[in-house]
Amino acid sequence: MSSGMLRQMRPTLVYALLGIVFMFAAPHVLQLFTIINLTTAIALAILALSLALIWGYGGILCFGQVAFFGLGAYVYTISAINIGGSTWAILIAVLLTSAFAAALGYFIFFGRVSDVYLGVITLTVTLIFFSLIRRTSGPEYKIGKALLGGFNGVSSPPINLPWDARTFLFPEQVFYVAMAALILCYVFAGWLVNTKFGRVCVSIRENELRSELLGYDVRLYKLGIFTIGAGIAAVGGVMFCNGVGRITPDVFNLYNAALTIIWVIVGGRGTLIGPAGATFALFYLTSALGGQSVLNNNLVLGVILIVFVLLVPKGVAPTVIDWVNRRRRKRPVRSRRRRRSRAEDAG
Amino acid sequence: MTFSRRSFLAGSSALALSSAPIIGRAQGSDKIIFASILDLSGGLDIYGAPMAETTKMAIDDINAAGGLLGREVELKLYDAQSTIQFYTQYATQAAAGDRAHTVHAGITSASREAIRPTLARFKTLYFYNTQYEGGVCDYNCFCTGSTPAQTVAKVVPYAMNKWGKKVYIVAADYNYGQITAQWMQKFVAENGGETLDVEFFPLDVTNFGPTINKIQTAKPDFVISALVGGAHVSFYRQYAAAGMMKEIPIASTTFGVGNEQKLISAEEGDGIIASYSYFEGADNAVNTEFLQRLEARLGADRPVMNELAVRSYEGAMLWAEAVKMAGTPDRDPVIEALRSGLTYNGPSGAVTIDAQTNHCNMNVYISELKDQTWNIVESFTDQPPADTQLVCDLVANPDQSTFLFENGLAAAGIE
Amino acid sequence: MDLVVAVLFQLIYVIANLALISLGLAIIFGMMRVINLAHGEFLMLGGYTVVVATNMGINIWVSMLILAPLVVGIIGVIVERLLIRWLYGRMVDTLLATWGLSLLLVGIVTSIFGASTATTVSPPLGAVRIGAYSASGYELFLILITIALLVAVWMTLRFTKLGLLARGTMQNAEMASSLGVSTSRIYMITFGLGAAVSGLAGGLLAPMTGVLPTIGATYIAKAFITVISGGASILAGTAAGSVLLGGINGIFSFIAGSTFGEIALLLAAIILLRLMPRGITGRFFRKSL
Repeated sequence: MSSGMLRQMRPTLVYALLGIVFMFAAPHVLQLFTIINLTTAIALAILALSLALIWGYGGILCFGQVAFFGLGAYVYTISAINIGGSTWAILIAVLLTSAFAAALGYFIFFGRVSDVYLGVITLTVTLIFFSLIRRTSGPEYKIGKALLGGFNGVSSPPINLPWDARTFLFPEQVFYVAMAALILCYVFAGWLVNTKFGRVCVSIRENELRSELLGYDVRLYKLGIFTIGAGIAAVGGVMFCNGVGRITPDVFNLYNAALTIIWVIVGGRGTLIGPAGATFALFYLTSALGGQSVLNNNLVLGVILIVFVLLVPKGVAPTVIDWVNRRRRKRPVRSRRRRRSRAEDAG
Repeated sequence: MTFSRRSFLAGSSALALSSAPIIGRAQGSDKIIFASILDLSGGLDIYGAPMAETTKMAIDDINAAGGLLGREVELKLYDAQSTIQFYTQYATQAAAGDRAHTVHAGITSASREAIRPTLARFKTLYFYNTQYEGGVCDYNCFCTGSTPAQTVAKVVPYAMNKWGKKVYIVAADYNYGQITAQWMQKFVAENGGETLDVEFFPLDVTNFGPTINKIQTAKPDFVISALVGGAHVSFYRQYAAAGMMKEIPIASTTFGVGNEQKLISAEEGDGIIASYSYFEGADNAVNTEFLQRLEARLGADRPVMNELAVRSYEGAMLWAEAVKMAGTPDRDPVIEALRSGLTYNGPSGAVTIDAQTNHCNMNVYISELKDQTWNIVESFTDQPPADTQLVCDLVANPDQSTFLFENGLAAAGIE
Repeated sequence: MDLVVAVLFQLIYVIANLALISLGLAIIFGMMRVINLAHGEFLMLGGYTVVVATNMGINIWVSMLILAPLVVGIIGVIVERLLIRWLYGRMVDTLLATWGLSLLLVGIVTSIFGASTATTVSPPLGAVRIGAYSASGYELFLILITIALLVAVWMTLRFTKLGLLARGTMQNAEMASSLGVSTSRIYMITFGLGAAVSGLAGGLLAPMTGVLPTIGATYIAKAFITVISGGASILAGTAAGSVLLGGINGIFSFIAGSTFGEIALLLAAIILLRLMPRGITGRFFRKSL
């Protein structure tokens, strides 16, 4: 890693370090049930991160990121049941999901489908999974030893120690695995957007035609970041079904598809930490809403979404970063940093 | 910002206190915690909302009678928002966070299967108060709702005697519908009838035109339905609109449990036959008194009581009886008390725990719909959960936590 | 023979149904390039208007044909003034804002009316006999009114001053604006009209499906896909999208059951968009309305 890269990744690494501190401190500070439930939130944060990568940096508005998330969870569950251990199952889940995304992406990007139409295709794929898997409640729908279960879903075997299928992790231990996965995915994504590949992707987001005229094969770059994003979403899916203990076709529904987009919008397009953070915040909001019966939770979510689109269209993280930069600019600073004030590069 | 440090210290010490789960029920041990997780918003709230009302009523009744063992019972009610992920989450919170003494939760089988392992792991007593497809064999879990051997086995012969031998089955496409449809076919065959066709519908289908054509082609003597949820109400409307209700009548094991009879008009619904372990017309003093108190509580526009709502009340009461009998709210003595053949006389009649399956022996009624009201036409007392009894024996083998019908009836050894 | 007629009737009904639920969305999308994700909730509000009105003793036909479009049209205008007009040209943002609106409306309606609503509105008009088969007379009425609605929208766009201005704005908003057309007003009226058509559709469907706060979710995906597959032309797009997707859905539903009908519809939409990324009217009937 060059020193330039290190400098650019400094915010990413700072956040990652904070994440590591949280990972080790949380079990001592928080209650057991909070730790266990955090696993689910972490899994969703990985999903938000994957969309933040492909939408915020790749400019690909994928409405169906949950399709990869859910597919990852299903592939993990089915292979873990058949293999009888989680180690290979996780690998298979990530690889198979990425392969599926690559095939779908080939179809989309080499067909030059763009903007809203791309959104519709990905959403449609999600809804197809939703309908198809809900159709599989009969006993005849079986993959190896695993019953698909239709609407009811399948229970997911917990993660075990690598290559030791008899030592299952307890839910509170899965927390560490999930948190580590989130931090790794985050650092990986933070690194990726600072590589040449990542910079080309950003340039394509900014101006597709110009990038193409400069000689980059736009289709290939889009396909690349789309596939990587799907792989990250699959990691989230694996953690999700571990957190919930079960995977049901509900992950593929319209509500979840849209929720993913909300996290990224609220957190801020063009950052990675924003969407991940927003996921935690909104996760606790929706959980808290379920414990009371005064306000209808749809109502609250709807208001949040409208307020953000109208008043904070950039999302929380970029707005905060802009504000910090503006404050900083009032003080004398090195001119280089002033030029680098675009929120997009901040983390 | 002088006060922020102080409040931070206070906050962190509070966290430190509450972060010692080993101390367990040290604080607040004067209250007995009763947690309930139901869908109060989202697509399943037509079932969840009345269940929550009767649960609240049950806890208020218990506290009005002086609580349990001289302690107040506190209700923690969670809305799972028709999302499975919240069931796991709130179950963890109820068991490990609230340290609930019992959790009464779940509507769909999917939600039950999400909760069951969590509560088994935290050794928290679990009640599932919903009518379902049968087959849960779990020492820690009490299923108080009716199962197909209790309702389907009654309504199928009744309808066949009344209308004829040729049956067309329409059912919701998920575990409950699939398994109930298998029971329906089995009981039709046992009674010398013929199943012409079985069709399954995803829960969000609203257009039943093609099916109505198929039913007209097949010409059955009657249709038996296990359709579920708000969207499926369209079936009855469209069926009636095509003028079919008068030609080919309908029997059902699900119509009415979400108070569907109020969602369609009188002429659309007249003549539908259904079977449950409770209808408002159940003829006993407890029921009359229960309905009066409910009306006093919620006003004249109270929800119509159905099996799910009443069983939620009775489930809470069964638990309360067991706590009194055991003299403690701790799990193991309460389970023993429940399994000693505990009976509670509720609005639906006598409900008795069957120790072999942790299900209930209960009264079963068959009703016919007239002007949006159910009229009981036949009743059966003390019906055992014969389906689950075929495969489950918790007396001989208490140490298990399985769902035996998950793979269908054939896999469980029932043809 | 009777069976063929009965099945054909069903097929036409599925197509008309799809066109009916999509038309309002298509008007708003075609005119303003706004994808209204609260479309399903506009349908839902139309349904509630009918239920509330008939419960108050108003004639069912008046509630369906007049009140439902009127009420939802007014709501549409309010929404446009308060929300949409700040977001023109930001397709993704309007999408998100209208999704927020959709949640908000579901929340409000649930808070007011509760999760399920007692309705005694049943389809009027009785049954129609086709030989040994019977079908709902109301379904026949819905097919006819869908056709009438399409014709009415076409006439409005083709022959009225408003239609001319609207088409001008649709083709080139800046040019229209510099020629003295108040595009902001045109947008407001268009959005209101689109909402009114959705309200009418929702009101008409209420007797068939009943009303629930969440019923919009069962329509939105289908309407959305139909409109995008149809492409930018309002009428030709809706008609072409509905005929193709509705036809496929109807045929597969009859052969293999409703799930496969839905899946066939979705797959057809994907393949269609791969072959014609701008929708059917992006390639054929380009000059049509």
